[in-house]
Parts: sequence; structure tokens; C-alpha cells
Amino acid sequence: MANARTRIAGGTRTRFSAHLGRRLVRGCADQLIDSPATVVALLLAFGFCTMAVFAPWLAPHDTSDVGTLDLMQALRPPVWLEGGDWAYLLGTDDQGRDMLSGIIFGARTSLLVSGVAVLLATLLGTAVGLFCGWVGGRPDAVLMRIAEVQLSFPAILIVLLIDGLGRTAVSTDLHNVAAVPVLIIAIALSNWVQIARTVRGSSMAEKNKEYVQAARVLGIHPAAILLRHILPNIFAPVLVIATLGIAGAILTEATLSFLGVGVPPTQPSLGTLIRFGNNFLISGEWWMTVFPGLALVLLALSVNIVGDWLRDVLNPKLS
Amino acid sequence: MAMGEGECTPATKPVNRPLIRVRDLACHFVASPPPLIRLLQRRRRSLLKAVDGVSFDIARGTTFSVVGESGCGKSTIARLLVGLLPPTRGRIEFDGVDITGDRARRNARALRRRMQIIFQDATASLDPRWRVSAIVGEPIRAFRLADGHERTERVSTLLSAVGLDPNDGNRYPHQFSSGQRQRVSIARALAGNPDFIVCDEPTSSLDVSVQAQILNLLKDLQTRLGLTYLFISHNMAVVSYVSDEIAVMYLGRFCEVAATQELLRSPRHPYTRMLLETIPDIDAPGVRRPPIGGEAPSAIDTPSDCCAFHPRCPFADDRCRRERPALRPAGPAQVACHAVEENRIG
Repeated sequence: MANARTRIAGGTRTRFSAHLGRRLVRGCADQLIDSPATVVALLLAFGFCTMAVFAPWLAPHDTSDVGTLDLMQALRPPVWLEGGDWAYLLGTDDQGRDMLSGIIFGARTSLLVSGVAVLLATLLGTAVGLFCGWVGGRPDAVLMRIAEVQLSFPAILIVLLIDGLGRTAVSTDLHNVAAVPVLIIAIALSNWVQIARTVRGSSMAEKNKEYVQAARVLGIHPAAILLRHILPNIFAPVLVIATLGIAGAILTEATLSFLGVGVPPTQPSLGTLIRFGNNFLISGEWWMTVFPGLALVLLALSVNIVGDWLRDVLNPKLS
Repeated sequence: MAMGEGECTPATKPVNRPLIRVRDLACHFVASPPPLIRLLQRRRRSLLKAVDGVSFDIARGTTFSVVGESGCGKSTIARLLVGLLPPTRGRIEFDGVDITGDRARRNARALRRRMQIIFQDATASLDPRWRVSAIVGEPIRAFRLADGHERTERVSTLLSAVGLDPNDGNRYPHQFSSGQRQRVSIARALAGNPDFIVCDEPTSSLDVSVQAQILNLLKDLQTRLGLTYLFISHNMAVVSYVSDEIAVMYLGRFCEVAATQELLRSPRHPYTRMLLETIPDIDAPGVRRPPIGGEAPSAIDTPSDCCAFHPRCPFADDRCRRERPALRPAGPAQVACHAVEENRIG
């Protein structure tokens, strides 16, 4: 009985996450049998995340430390080719920087930028979506028109705009410092609309359900109804869209960095690595661009597959 | 009116004051598209008069029922009474206090605890991600009635009161049958110690055997706790079982209001007669039942200068097509019908 009482007293949050967790575990077990591709993708995504978090300890060289650079080691091919060195598994670039370490640090930057951007987009999108879905009427119409206008501007355009303004307004040093936040904001701005629309649609459907009406009859504050009743019930699709959004954001970040308006050259990202490697592709040093490219493809693909898997697992009609 | 005069002590409550007093209540919805589109499509502004001038009293400890076909506005009345919808016109008094209008909104908040609602769809009316104990405990927390251990205790008592096991509180709504789920929503409705409960078709989505259990539970709770019910249903049999007084509703207006026995014994309005003929009768098997002709017309843009029922009424004459009948006393009942007033019906 005492045990039962403590369980009754459990908070909404733990109950909610326990519920989600159970479904994830069950879905995971099913997928192990059904689709080996998903398992590989899950492992890969997990591997990339671990790599990103522990980059300073995992990477064989510190690419940001100019003191360790050795120009004699420049343009070394991967270890299995003639002239390869075990110290540089995937070869080096024209400055003698280790490609493997570059990729590890680059994946870190890419994941950081896209993760924070999508987090911001999710927060903004969920807030706007819940508000619009609940209030409806004119505020909803106005905000959704703004969202549609926003939707017609791709992230590249936003970054180029802010970047262009920034270059004329501030010094290069400040510009380099501000580059990553600008990138994050631009990617977040191009992602929030989709989340806001999904949240708005689901919460509109949810708000007319009788459990929400019952809460309204109790006189519970709308904010509490939104956070405690509606949000947990519409969270599954948000999670899926956010995960798929991370895959998209990784590619956007790489694209922008490839174009030279993303992460500053002093900080490796997968996009910048590909951009620099690209100059050497014709002259035979293919590893400088192929390996970061491969890493980018694997990262985006695995995150995408994880997103698809989440969508299936969290869909009650499929599980 | 079937009032239990002996139940109220004159010193504290005026004997004749009903718990609920509704006067000329109306709720209209705009059914036409937004102005610009309407202009482009050259359509007039149209109104859906879900409820259009309804008045009634509910005495303490009694059950007042509203019956009618789908779309006649009975659920709108339910929502208006508990404040889920703002009325377009009219007045609702709860225990002598006006709860409509902007000025009265503050009164309404204080009175919220005393009125609750039970919905038709028990599945939709429980948050699928909340444990039953949290669902039933929500009103207790919202009205700050009890905390911690005391709240847990109260939830257990409530679950027992509606015929569930106190340990069921640990389960999620989807782990119950629909009848049990309806018991959970009854427990939640009772959690704030209300005086008045609106039952919006509480048994319509249940199996017949379970319906009887829920109805008996509601009646039992009424006698034990002295509850007052507004009961909404389309099922004449269910309504005649639970109510003290019945109002028959058609297209947003009452066409007959009478005490249950009176209405069942001698229905006056042609629509009431038709509805009563739909109740299956175990003593008269094989009887051909004349179906009610036609379908309820849409409540959008109903003309106000005729009887709304005249297209389907066998007794309709010219006056019915010209003039809207008002609710007038006819014997012990109140009926809105020209034919009844003129004694044209045999």
C-alpha cells in the first residue's frame, strides 16, 4: 500500500517520460528483428554523438593547435596507400592537419550547430504552435501568415543576408565569433515553421477533445492545460520532426560552410573540410574531400533513419 | 414541478428557489464564411441558432432532462451551463447568482467547483497520458481541497464510491473498459464535491447492460449526495428512467416540458408523441411503429415566423406555417403547439 501511494504521488513528467521510454524500448526490440538498417543507423548516430561529445579525447591530433602542425606531413595519403602514415589514418590536408581529427571535430561542430538550431526551432515552434492552436482567430491568422512568409526564405538566404550585413558592420574578429550563433539562428529560423504548423494542427484537434474541456470546466489556467494536458499528447510528432530537422540542419550547415558563409575557417566543420578538399580533388588528393563527404552522408542518413524509426515507434496505430 | 419541498430547510435556503434558473437562453454561431469570401461568393450572413430562447428551472436534488434528435442543441445547453460556451443572450442563475455576462464572470469562477460535467465519450474525456489517480485528483488540486496524503485518500474514496478498486488509480485510461472509464469520469466530476452535474449523454457510447449500471450509479449518487442533474440524451427510455422532469427539444427550442410521468402518460406535442413511439415495448411485440417522417432540418437560418416542426407534423395547418408557437401551459405540462392549443389533436 505504501508503495502504491508513492506511485500515485509521482509527477506528470516522470509518468510521461516513462510512458515514452517504454514505447521506445519496445519499438527498439521490434526493430532489431525487423530492420538491421535501423540498428546500424542507430549505432552510427549514437557513435557520431559520442564522437562529438568526446572529440578532444578521441581525436588523435588537436587540429586547432597550430603548434602541432607539421608542414612536412602535408598532403599525406590515407594509411593504406603508399606514403601513408599510421599517425594519420585518413591522411592529411595541405597544412599537415590530420583528416580523421578534422572529421571528428567537424562532426562536433556540425552536430552542435544543428542540434542547438533545431532545439531553438522546436522551442519557438512549439510555443507559437500551442498559442495559435489555443487562441485561434486573428492572432493565429497573423502568426501563421508570418510563418508562411518565413517559409519562403531558405536558410541560405537568411544567412547570406545577416552575413552580408555583418561583414560591413563589424570587424573580422567579431564576425568570426558571431558566425556560429548567426548560423544557428538562421537554421533555427528556417526550421521553426514546420514545427509550429504541426503543433498548431495537433493542439487544435486536441483542444476540442473532452478531457481538455473537462479541465476548462475545472477552471484550470490555459497555460497549465497547454503544458500538462495538450503538450504531452502532441509531443510524439514534434520529436519526429525535430529529429528529421536535425538531419536537414546538418546538411544546411554543411552547405553554408561549403559556400564559405557558415562556420569560420579556423573551426573545422564537415562543410568547410569538404570545401577545402574540393580544391585538391582534381590534383589527386581525393581523401581531403571524400572522407568528410562520406562522414556527412553517413551522419545525415543515420539521423534521418532514426527519425523515420521514431515516427514508426511513436505512431500508436503502427505499434 | 416535482420538487422535494421537504428537503430544503427554509431557514437556510428559500424553499422555492431552484438551484438552476435559466431564462431565455440563446447561443448562436456564425455559419457563414469570413466576410471577404462571403462577399466574393455573394452569400448572405447566416446564423446557426443552436439554442434559441430556452427557459427552465431545476429544483435541488432533482433531475431535469433534455431529449431531442442529434443537432437539436441539447449538448449546447450542457456546454452553456458549465461555462464552456458564452451565451448569445439570456441569463443563467446558479443558486440565485447570475453566472452570465462579463460582470458575473468572477462569481462564476467561485461557483465552478459546485458544477461539473460528464461527457458522452468517456475515452476522449480522460487524458490518455495521465494515470487515473491524477485525473480524479485534478479537481481536488485545482480547487485546493486537499494535499498529499489526504488527496490520495480522497481519490481512493472516490474510486470506491463509483465502484472501482482504489488500486485502479495506478492504471492508465486505456487499460479500462468504456464503462469503467465512464466511472472514472464520474469520480472526477464528484471530486470537487459539486451540487450540480451536467450529464451530456453519459451512456450513449456504452453497451446496454453497462448503460443500466451507470444510470443506477448516477441515481444512487444522487440520493446519497443530494445531487442535482441536468441530463442530456436522445434516448427516451434512458431519460424516462432517470428524470423528474423532461424537456423535449427541437431545433434549439423546447416544444414540451412536463413531469416525467405526465409526459410518458399523456404526451401532448406531436413531436413528443413520435419520440415516445420509438421506445421499444416488451409487452407489444411485432407492433409496426410509424417512423418519424423526414429528417430534422438544419438549424442554419431557420425562419422565426413559423413552427420549426411544421414540415414533419401531420397536424400542421396555415397558422403553423405563419406563426411560431410559444411554450404555453396545457394541463400540467407546458407545450409549444398551435394544434394542442386549438384542441385539433384528438
